[in-house]
Amino acid sequence: MIPVSWFLVLSGVLFALGVAAFLIKKDLLVMFLAVEVMLNAANLAFVAFARLHGLLEGQAAVFFIITVAAAEAAVGLAIILLVFRRKKTVKADDISVLKG
Amino acid sequence: MATLLFFLLSALCVGGILGMILSRNAAYSALCLVPSFAALGALFGLLGGPFIAVVQVIIYAGAVMVLFLFVVMMIPLRPAPSFPKRKAFFALSVVLAACLLALIVLSLSASLKTSAAAAPEGFGGVGDIGRLLFTDLLYPFEITSLVILAALVGALILAKKKKSP
Repeated sequence: MIPVSWFLVLSGVLFALGVAAFLIKKDLLVMFLAVEVMLNAANLAFVAFARLHGLLEGQAAVFFIITVAAAEAAVGLAIILLVFRRKKTVKADDISVLKG
Repeated sequence: MATLLFFLLSALCVGGILGMILSRNAAYSALCLVPSFAALGALFGLLGGPFIAVVQVIIYAGAVMVLFLFVVMMIPLRPAPSFPKRKAFFALSVVLAACLLALIVLSLSASLKTSAAAAPEGFGGVGDIGRLLFTDLLYPFEITSLVILAALVGALILAKKKKSP
């Protein structure tokens, strides 16, 4: 029987790794992947707490998060594709037109 | 046995994400995350959520990562500049992430102490989840389909090539 707290700590580690990846990487695509990692870390915490309290609603929340994340990935990737067509680059450092 | 499985899966998960951070090529980064997300699905299974585990493997490790790889294929890859140029920034990012991790673990410490009650027999079965989704959570479930439809149309309109006049 594995203690649920281990899963919570693992979820924290995954979230921190996602934040680190988001800060370190300079590629829009990989930064977007890092956001997906953070979402998955949150999902793990949801499932762990659902187990801890014996409630199924946590797993239903994860189901909704996964479907919304899939929709978000489709729209986000379309926007990245559009940025690439306009600017010919996906490096976050090169996209600074909003900077005055 | 289950403990061993937990450590194996979490090592696979963390290792995949480290591989994503350390590889310079966006395609390799996306490919590293596939086993990572699949291992996360197996962890959901260990926590007593077979339905969520299968959804995670099919949608995340399958559909979303394939979508990412398609976009990686459409964008010509140039390897990112090597680390030395931004060593200070790299160190700062790692320190910030470590601080965040400490913060998360500190705020979890109350939950970490509570011992888990044994889950009821058959907890998280597919039937229970389905019943919950189609009774109490029927409206969110239907609205989710609208969200997906909107995302589908939005992605098509965004990514469509404009006909040049």
